[in-house]
Amino acid sequence: MIYRKSVGERIFDVFNVIILAILGASTLYPFLYTLSASLSNAEAVARQQVLLWPIKPTLESYKLVFSNSEILLAYYNTIWYTVVGTFVNVLMTTAAAYPLSRKGYSLRSIIMVYITITMFFGGGLIPTYILVNRLGLYNTRWAMIIPTAVSAWNLMMARVFFQATIPEELTDAAKIDGANEVIIFFRIVLPLSMPILAVLALYYGVAHWNDFFNPLIYISNPNLQPMSIYLRKVLIVAQVYGGEMGGEMLETLGNMALAEKVKFATAIVALLPIMMSYPFLQRYFVKGVMIGALKE
Amino acid sequence: MKEETILRVFIRRFNREKFLHLLVLPTIIYFFIFHYIPIYGIVIAFQDYSPGSGFLGSPWVGLEHFRDFFNSIYFPRLLRNTFLISFYSLIFGFPMPIIFALMLNEVRNRTFKKVVQSVSYFPNFVSIVIVVGLMNIFLSPVNGLVNLLLQKLGHQPIYFLQETRWFRFLYVSSGVWQSFGWGSILYLAALSGVSPELYESAIVDGANRFQQAIYISIPSLMPTIILLLILNIGNLLNVGFEKIILMYTPRTYEVADVISSYVYRRGLLEGEFSFGAAVGLFNNMVNFILLLIANYIARRVTEYSLW
Repeated sequence: MIYRKSVGERIFDVFNVIILAILGASTLYPFLYTLSASLSNAEAVARQQVLLWPIKPTLESYKLVFSNSEILLAYYNTIWYTVVGTFVNVLMTTAAAYPLSRKGYSLRSIIMVYITITMFFGGGLIPTYILVNRLGLYNTRWAMIIPTAVSAWNLMMARVFFQATIPEELTDAAKIDGANEVIIFFRIVLPLSMPILAVLALYYGVAHWNDFFNPLIYISNPNLQPMSIYLRKVLIVAQVYGGEMGGEMLETLGNMALAEKVKFATAIVALLPIMMSYPFLQRYFVKGVMIGALKE
Repeated sequence: MKEETILRVFIRRFNREKFLHLLVLPTIIYFFIFHYIPIYGIVIAFQDYSPGSGFLGSPWVGLEHFRDFFNSIYFPRLLRNTFLISFYSLIFGFPMPIIFALMLNEVRNRTFKKVVQSVSYFPNFVSIVIVVGLMNIFLSPVNGLVNLLLQKLGHQPIYFLQETRWFRFLYVSSGVWQSFGWGSILYLAALSGVSPELYESAIVDGANRFQQAIYISIPSLMPTIILLLILNIGNLLNVGFEKIILMYTPRTYEVADVISSYVYRRGLLEGEFSFGAAVGLFNNMVNFILLLIANYIARRVTEYSLW
C-alpha cells in the first residue's frame, strides 16, 4: 500500500523527532556534565567554562577519590551489601517462587494469600525499626541484608516466569527418576532460568547499590556506612550548609576548585557500575517489567 | 478410626511435599518476622511505648496520640503538603509516560527510537541521593549552571533549594524527569501489541495519523492506564520520606514537610515511637481507603479494575 504523508503529518514528524531528541538529551546531559566536570582542569571548572566536553582533561580528581580512605571504605561497604544482599535475595526468591509455581503444591494458594497481604498492609517505619533493633541487627551489616531479604513483587515475577517456562512434566519426570525437589530446583530449574536470574539479580542489585533508606535508619557506625550516606554528606549536606558538616575532606584539600571537582568525581565513581553495565543489561531490565506485567 | 486416616493422609502428603516446604520455608519465616510482626507492632500506636519493653509491655493510652496529632498545629500543614506534592506528581507525572510512548510510537526510524528509549530509562536506575545531589550542583547560587544562565540574562541568582516557592516545582519536575522514560515501558509494550491491520484499515478509511492515535492507540492503552491510575491514586497520601529529607531544609519545612518525613523526625530522630507509629498508621489507613475508592470508581465507570 502506498501511503502519502500530508504536509501536516510531515510537520508533525519533524517536531516529534525534535522534541524527543530534546527529551533524550535532557536526561543525559546532567550525567555528561558531571563526567566532563570531573575530568576537566580544576581552574576551568571553577570558572564555569565546562558546559559539555571536558577542558584539558586530567585524572587528578579520581586520584584523590581513590586515595581517600573514607570513600574507599564506603565503596567497599556498598559492594559488600550489593553482592551479599543480592545473593541472599535471588536465592530466597527463586527457592520460594519455584514451589509456588507448581500446580500440584497443596499449600500454594494459602502461601500466595499470605504473601500478597504484605503487599497492601505493613507495620510502617516505626514498628519495623523497633523490631530490627530488638533483633540486635541495628548497626550490623545484616541490617542491610535481612530486613529486605525478599521482595513480594519480585517473588511474584519469578513465579510467573517459572510457570511459563518450566513445564510440570519436566519436574514430574525428574521426580519419578528419584530426584527430590531440592535437587530438581538446583540442578534443573535454576540452569533453565538464566533470564529470570539475571532480571532478579539486576533489580535487587540496583536496589542495594542505591539503597539510602536502610543505611539511614539502621546504620550509624561510620565504618559500616555505604556510598549513599557518604554522597549525601558530600553532595548535599556540604552544599546546603556550606561545608560546616561533612566538609572535613573539602577543607583539608585547601582548594575549593579541586574540592568541587572531587565532588563530581565521587558522584561518577558511585554511578560507574550502573553506567558501565547499563548498555548491556538494559534489555534484562525491560524484560523484568514485561514478566512482571503478565497476569495468570 | 476415621480421624487416624485423615491424619495419615495429611502426614503422607506432608512427606511427599516436604522438599517443597523446605524451599519455601525461609521466605515464610521472613515474611512472618519482617512483615507480620511489625503489623502486630502497630499496637504501640495505642500505648506509651518505652524502648526496652515489648510491643505489649507498655501502658495503654487509647487514641491519645491520634488526638494529639489531629490537634497539632502541624496536622493541616502536613496533610496539605503531602496531598499537594503527591497530587502534582500525579497530574504531571502520570500523563508524561503516556505522551512519551505515543510520541515514540510515531517514530519510524528504529535506531532513533531505540536510542531515545534507552537513554530515557537511565535516570530511573540512578540513586535518589545522586539525583538530589545533581540538583544541588546545577542549582547552586554560587556556581550552578542555572544561576549562571540567570545572571547572564541579568537576573539575581536564586537560592532555589532554600526558597519555599520552588520546592514543590523542583520535587515534582525532578521526579518526572527521573521516571517518565521507565514509566513508558508498559505503554510501549501495549502499543506494540496492537495489530497493524487495525491501522491499515483505518488508513483505508481515510484516518490521518492524529485520528489513528485517538481512535486506535489511546484506546489500546486504556486498560494499562486505568490500572496504573488506580494504583497511583491509592498512593496519593504516600510520599516517601527519602527524597523529601534529602531536599528540604528547615527553611522549606513550611511547604516540604510531609507525613512520612514528620514520622521520621518525630518518631525516629526524637524517639517518640508511639506517636510516630500512630501518625504512620493514620497515613496507611488513608492510603488504603483511597485505593478502595479508586478501585470502586474504576469498576463503576469503566470495565477495568484491580479486583
